[in-house]
Amino acid sequence: MEIDSPETLRGLLEQRDYLAGTGLATAAFLALRMGRPLFLEGEAGVGKTELAKTLAGVVGAPLIRLQCYEGLDAAQALYDWDFARQLLHLKAAEAAGITDVKALEGEIYDRRFLIARPLLQALESQPAVLLVDEIDRADDEFEAFLLEVLSDFTISIPELGTIRAASPPLVILTSNRTREVHDALKRRCLYHWLDHPGFDREVAILLRRLPLCTSLLAEQVARAAARLRAADLLKPPGIAETLDWAEALLTLGADRLDPELAAVTLGAALKYREDQQTAMQNGLLDA
Amino acid sequence: MNGGEILPVMVGFARTLRAAGVAADHERTRGFLTALENLDAGNRKDVYWAGRLTLCARPDDIPRYDRCFAAYFDGRPLPASSAPTVTVTRYTASPDGAERSAGEPATAATASTLEILRGRDVASLTPQERAEINRLLALMRTGRQQRASRRLVPSKQGRLDPHRIVREAMKRGGEPARLRFRDRRRKPRRVVLLVDVSGSMAAYADTLLRLAHAVVRSAPRATEVFSAGTRLTRLTAELRLRDAAVAMDQVSRAIPDWSGGTRLGEELRAFLRFPDARGAIVVIASDGWERGDPSLLGAQMGRLSRMAHRVIWVNPHKGDPAYRPLTGGMRAALPYIDDLVAGHSLAAYEELAGLLAGRRAGHA
Repeated sequence: MEIDSPETLRGLLEQRDYLAGTGLATAAFLALRMGRPLFLEGEAGVGKTELAKTLAGVVGAPLIRLQCYEGLDAAQALYDWDFARQLLHLKAAEAAGITDVKALEGEIYDRRFLIARPLLQALESQPAVLLVDEIDRADDEFEAFLLEVLSDFTISIPELGTIRAASPPLVILTSNRTREVHDALKRRCLYHWLDHPGFDREVAILLRRLPLCTSLLAEQVARAAARLRAADLLKPPGIAETLDWAEALLTLGADRLDPELAAVTLGAALKYREDQQTAMQNGLLDA
Repeated sequence: MNGGEILPVMVGFARTLRAAGVAADHERTRGFLTALENLDAGNRKDVYWAGRLTLCARPDDIPRYDRCFAAYFDGRPLPASSAPTVTVTRYTASPDGAERSAGEPATAATASTLEILRGRDVASLTPQERAEINRLLALMRTGRQQRASRRLVPSKQGRLDPHRIVREAMKRGGEPARLRFRDRRRKPRRVVLLVDVSGSMAAYADTLLRLAHAVVRSAPRATEVFSAGTRLTRLTAELRLRDAAVAMDQVSRAIPDWSGGTRLGEELRAFLRFPDARGAIVVIASDGWERGDPSLLGAQMGRLSRMAHRVIWVNPHKGDPAYRPLTGGMRAALPYIDDLVAGHSLAAYEELAGLLAGRRAGHA
């Protein structure tokens, strides 16, 4: 089925249990159509990573994930030579009495001695969805790398030549905004700020993802989640946490938000002791 | 709308956004037009999203975008900027010592007058003296403490670097001849400055922001500056401009709540939403006159001290020997402060610069 409008894409995402808003569906649609990376920012747990996974399913491409962290460098993100195998090859050649240095050099810098890391994998597999997760955790040197790769979807390997993607992969970058990402990188991308879902959508997501959930429980959990988000906590629950919470309640056999069960399962939604206290004291968990 | 008339309308929209402070540059505008080709340019919702996805770059852009969109496409007038007009006296740094009234001798400040000026409270300076201090601040070099990053770089010592060892060994037919090492890279430690611009700090805010400019210049990628008053305003971009006068002019335009009250606790909380403070040296320049709830400020300071590498509080009144930190805000914050330094004179600013460079406080 051809994806010819944001609405079509939204329907396809919905078939895979991902309920996207108009903005997000338009963003993903444009990313596909324009071949531009999509830069998703938002608080933790609003469904950024999940979108990439679902989109990969929709376009029928493998999801290649690059988790960022401080100190991430080209050898872990782009490619690396398999030195051990190269040395073995040299030794084997030596044992066989091969002395043609030029030919030998050509042999050891062959594609088969190259280990493809996520960015190279994404350029080589057709099609692919590349998820660069939590780019704000990598350091700025890495952003420069990424910018180079994303601007023309090529990687040049000095010993081997340039590797070019026949068709650019769909790239999704996520950031929790622990620091501001360089503007040059953002300029290459479509930018979308992903917010917590509204009440109706949250209920719909809960019902969709947890088939055993009653609509009463879903509504009560979504209402409590909205209250928790409004009550200034250190870490307000995202949709990921609400899902966990509802699932915990269901596992305990709840069909409604019972204050006692809510208190014992609260750890699924709130991950700070201070937040749990605030929630209990202010009666935010009442149905 | 047909193709011919769309282009100027849309480009005009991007220009409106630029004027409102959204970074809608040429490349983004081009992206906007391409996005429209893929959507329905006659549909209001599609135009809205095409623009928001391509022309905005940060969450603060979105409310501005929404206002401009309504103004441009619905003809609703833009609400007048709530920022009060701020008169900024521009001091130009001329090589021989800034502004002078006619007839005054054209000599630069001598060493001894400089020494006296260095210890003077900036709130009590004449315009000439103030200009001299501003000139010195513009020239000030602040060092920056280094931290070990997790990135490994080739080095003379440290741990073994198998990649380089093997790469070189291959040139020699597989014989490792020399050991190579790599070590953690050093990076400047991040500094986050929060400058209180409320009424009670009016005499110092300008000078402190100039100091912030000097700090940004020393390590632009590792410094963030915010003004705090009734709301938090990010000033980093403005202060990255090299010229002090231009930067200060931009800053005064950017701050909407100049000389208002202070709700430091709430602002600190807003600031801690995005954990910019993690591992950073956080400098708060304020007199601690808190309008809001001091216990909130205390709680936020507690969080801050757990996240930050070091918390430095700059209080202009600390320069007075008789000063005791008795204001509610100050008392609440005190247990969580690593260094409490004065912030009233050039000498005090130099001490602060020393702290940022990693030197210990002489008398904290």
